[in-house]
Amino acid sequence: MAHAEAHAAQHVAHAQQQQHPIKLYLLVWGLLFVLSTFSYLVDYFGLQGYLRWSLILIFMMLKAGLIVAVFMHMAWERLALIYAILLPPLLVLVFVALMVSESNYILFTRLAFFGTGS
Amino acid sequence: MSAPIKTPAAETLPRPAGLAGLASDWASDQRAFKHVSWGKAMMWIFLLSDTFIFGCFLLAYMSARMATTVPWPNPSEVFALEIAGAHVPLILIAIMTFVLISSSGTMAMAVNCGYRRDRRKTAILMLITALFGATFVGMQAFEWSKLIAEGVRPWGNPWGAAQFGSSFFMITGFHGTHVTFGVIFLLIIARKVWRGDFDTERRGFFTSRKGRYEIVEITGLYWHFVDLVWVFIFAFFYLW
Repeated sequence: MAHAEAHAAQHVAHAQQQQHPIKLYLLVWGLLFVLSTFSYLVDYFGLQGYLRWSLILIFMMLKAGLIVAVFMHMAWERLALIYAILLPPLLVLVFVALMVSESNYILFTRLAFFGTGS
Repeated sequence: MSAPIKTPAAETLPRPAGLAGLASDWASDQRAFKHVSWGKAMMWIFLLSDTFIFGCFLLAYMSARMATTVPWPNPSEVFALEIAGAHVPLILIAIMTFVLISSSGTMAMAVNCGYRRDRRKTAILMLITALFGATFVGMQAFEWSKLIAEGVRPWGNPWGAAQFGSSFFMITGFHGTHVTFGVIFLLIIARKVWRGDFDTERRGFFTSRKGRYEIVEITGLYWHFVDLVWVFIFAFFYLW
């Protein structure tokens, strides 16, 4: 009986250890502030074109990665959970590709049949 | 009572690491998410479904913006404010971003204190998080009133493509609703923590089950997700 209890206690302890140093959270918090400032400055300085878009995407992905990995503890979860949660959203990119092609076609038909400005 | 029968259960065997571990977890004809409680696993799966909802909203916005022949209103100008006579672009949205990131920081601290069973600190940090959340919703209400006063409607606006209004109200409205529910969720759990429900093993009034401090982490998952969605909205709707 004692063995079973010890085993259960060990299991519970193992199940919920998401205990990480406060310092790490403060570091990520600071990084998120810096990255947000950077993405705001992209707009403030009025950067345009591919430079603007790539900077926005880089800062966005870095912020999202930090939040998911550290704040949501994904970095310390088992691969079985990580892949189950993080792989399906990637399929949205297929949907994006479909809709980019579709939107271009709609724009083309609008320009061809309705002229500009409608 | 007889001694428990020893079975070579999954927990007693060392699990392989890396991709082999992933394959054996999913192929083992047992629970796939080992060492993850059902509460946490279900919150993650809910968040996955929510990801698809917001993904579809942003996709709809992308399609509308790409397909319109009318110029899209410049968000940098639309969301600018006059502060002390100076014209500052996008400043309100930047402040909202910082408020939400700060709330994520205090939430992470609350989870940490929760696992150290520091009842007072956990509850206070969760209340600060809720306060930041409420501030965010308040600023969003201000932003909506300002735009509506300027003539933005779901079917048109003074500056360009009509789809701007519908995309804006749909996306930020859904996100604001999520923040509001998050604040309510935080207040409920903070009250339980403050009362010491997870130390005295008091049973929940609805489930009649004993709670654990893990619920603070699960609440945190939802809250960080709300922040995460804002990162994408900020990038695609306000900055693009």
